[in-house]
Amino acid sequence: MTFKQMFTSSVGKKLVMAFTGIFLVLFLVVHAGLNACIWAMDGGITFNKAAHFMGSFIVPRILEIGLFLGIFLHIIQGYMLTLENRSKRKIGYEVNYSKGSKWYSRSMAILGTILLMFFIIHWKHFWIPSRITGVAEMDLGNGFVVHNLYAVMQDTFQNVWVVLFYVISCIALAYHLAHGFQSAFKTIGVHNKRYHLMINSIGYGFAIIIPLAFAMMPISFYLHWVN
Amino acid sequence: MSQNTMNLKVKVWRQKNANAQGAFVTYDVAGISDEMSFLEMMDILNERLITEGGDPVAFDHDCREGICGMCSMYINGKPHGPWQANTTCQLHMRAFKDGETIVIEPWRANSFPIVKDLTVDRSAFDRIIQAGGYISVNTGNAVDGNSLPIEKQNADDAFAAAMCIGCGACVAACKNSSAMLFLSAKVSHLALLPQGAPERKSRVLNMVAQMDKEGFGSCTNTGACEATCPKEISIANIARLNNEYLGASLSAE
Repeated sequence: MTFKQMFTSSVGKKLVMAFTGIFLVLFLVVHAGLNACIWAMDGGITFNKAAHFMGSFIVPRILEIGLFLGIFLHIIQGYMLTLENRSKRKIGYEVNYSKGSKWYSRSMAILGTILLMFFIIHWKHFWIPSRITGVAEMDLGNGFVVHNLYAVMQDTFQNVWVVLFYVISCIALAYHLAHGFQSAFKTIGVHNKRYHLMINSIGYGFAIIIPLAFAMMPISFYLHWVN
Repeated sequence: MSQNTMNLKVKVWRQKNANAQGAFVTYDVAGISDEMSFLEMMDILNERLITEGGDPVAFDHDCREGICGMCSMYINGKPHGPWQANTTCQLHMRAFKDGETIVIEPWRANSFPIVKDLTVDRSAFDRIIQAGGYISVNTGNAVDGNSLPIEKQNADDAFAAAMCIGCGACVAACKNSSAMLFLSAKVSHLALLPQGAPERKSRVLNMVAQMDKEGFGSCTNTGACEATCPKEISIANIARLNNEYLGASLSAE
């Protein structure tokens, strides 16, 4: 059996979704942790330093390539699986069976599409200015100049529609994680009842805490909880 | 105990053969006792259709005691009807109300082509079993069954998985038309027992390959299969199958 055969079977395709999904879950922890520096209440000095570290140090830059590969693999494989699975039932039912499963478990592709739209706008807001088009700088003294991404956040989140869009995207993320987190572990073969219970609990906790932390960021700027 | 009778409308999928265009036809069925089984209600409808010179509704059934896995109707938006852990043949008319319209559809999946009306061809399942759902047994005298120690928990889990009657409700319920609950039950009950050990790796690889060849979808762990399974096969079996597949495919030559 080749690796190609392994990852292109119906179970193997799900393994790709699970492994990339778990990798993206880990990324969310790092992203939320770093962004939490906005609440240091020091006018963004800590946050800008953290962002500068991530943008200038070689290790996170290499990991970033892996992150993009992971995201694109997850998106492309997700859409391909959705289309393929839909094609397996040419004639649908008159009455759909909706009681046996949660709506968000059945709507991962729609939730994922909301997240994809969010990423495009999110990249346009922060990643592209920081990496390509350039942003205003902040002098931290002794010639240590960093991108003032904190000011970009402050500016971006003055628009109520942007804040609303970010919050809705966080809700989509929460439901995407509520299914995806535990599903990923089942796909890689965690079947013991003890671990199931643990993964379900951690999964729901994660699906609440991480999106909530992200949602609080634009809200904090909009309501001037941080300056 | 007094019987209640009811008058119902039955909206059934009628399709002459595999290639014909199908459509729903609504029939009135009167004087149905709430003590009847669902299939007895269908028998009454069919007898009437035959008397009137019409074509009876084709549907699969055999033992009518919930153990063979032949009955396969998708009733009011759920395989095997509204009751939990129940086959169509064990569904009784007291589950419905007087005047109700009951919608009956065949299992819908490309891998289960319609033969006629509500009868679908489930031989894809037979071919999946043939691909690896067997064990090697030496010829000669039969060994004493008690000579092979099996841990109680494994024996219980294997038995629970072996409860699968292969009816296909999991495929019918799944939005992806995935056969993973069926396959995972078949793989699990052998993987958990020492008798299944010799072909453990080739079994899971061959059966997954055959399942894909038959055109079933991928599992997305929605849980619809487990919720509708007449034998309450646990979705944990799917995770066990994934585990078996990952281990076998990584260690295979």
